[in-house]
Amino acid sequence: MPPRPLPQLEQINAEIFTLTYGSIVRQLIADFEDLDEVNKQLDQMGYNIGVRLVDEFLAKSKMGRCSSFREAAEVVGRQAFPMFLNVAANVTNWNTDGTECSLILADNPLADFVELPEEYKGELRYSGLLCGVIRGALEMVNMDVDARFVQDMLRGDEVYEIRLRLKEHRAEAFPFKDDD
Amino acid sequence: MSLIYSLYVINKSGGLIFSRDFEGASRLDLNDSLRLASIWHSLHAIAGQLSPAHGCGGIELLSAESFDLHCFTSPTGTKFLLLVEPQCPQVPALLGRIYELYADFVLKNPFYEVEQVIKCELFDQAVDTAVRRYPLMLLSQPAGQGQMLAAGLS
Repeated sequence: MPPRPLPQLEQINAEIFTLTYGSIVRQLIADFEDLDEVNKQLDQMGYNIGVRLVDEFLAKSKMGRCSSFREAAEVVGRQAFPMFLNVAANVTNWNTDGTECSLILADNPLADFVELPEEYKGELRYSGLLCGVIRGALEMVNMDVDARFVQDMLRGDEVYEIRLRLKEHRAEAFPFKDDD
Repeated sequence: MSLIYSLYVINKSGGLIFSRDFEGASRLDLNDSLRLASIWHSLHAIAGQLSPAHGCGGIELLSAESFDLHCFTSPTGTKFLLLVEPQCPQVPALLGRIYELYADFVLKNPFYEVEQVIKCELFDQAVDTAVRRYPLMLLSQPAGQGQMLAAGLS
């Protein structure tokens, strides 16, 4: 599938975004003092963004419905990431039944100026917001997924890798129950 | 003259979350609008199930003698209905534009609760502007399509 041209969106300075995100994470750590809880909050914030952002993506990219999880994952990596973050993600490492894949990012604008202190390297999922966004957005188009970072350059890995796992692909949104 | 009468937005559970009339006073009170919105929601779903065509997404256009009803369903399940004068061209394009405005002015408003009634003044204004500019949109349409439509109308 050839990538479509990206819609023209208003651009902002990426630094204000990166710095805002950084201060949010710092504030969460200060407020909760528990990295597990911080990870949860970041994921929840991302989810709330995702359930709204998906409509913007669909409206502006003029995309129709995706027929499969495979197609949807490609659209997330090839179209949605470039549109909102200005970086493309490679979609690879499919499992055999096509329900799990990895999004590989070579660059992550959320973490441009970030060096994690040693005490946070173990647990903090600094960019966990992105996983929440993906989960929220795909849920709105009837795909329940798990998304988590399995590689993170902030923790010394080669690339950023988000692992996606499809839990359920609901066929239609209508709450139809065939009782007979 | 192509007239846009009304816009309705229906959430994915069939509740009316927005309605606006552009040509004078509304002919419906709020309760009737709510009832009709959920009836349309059900009809749309039934039509999708009845259709012999595979993968039918429901009703897109209902043509009546005195009006056309265009329906656009976003992949997330929100429906946008426009009531227009019969034979109005380019209404799907206008619906696409309204979907964009919804993404911008409703969903990006941090105090809007998803799936709830839309009370956003910026959205009202943006929709009014889009509807006012609709005749200009018709002028800028590709020539081939315009001729076809003209032939259809004559």
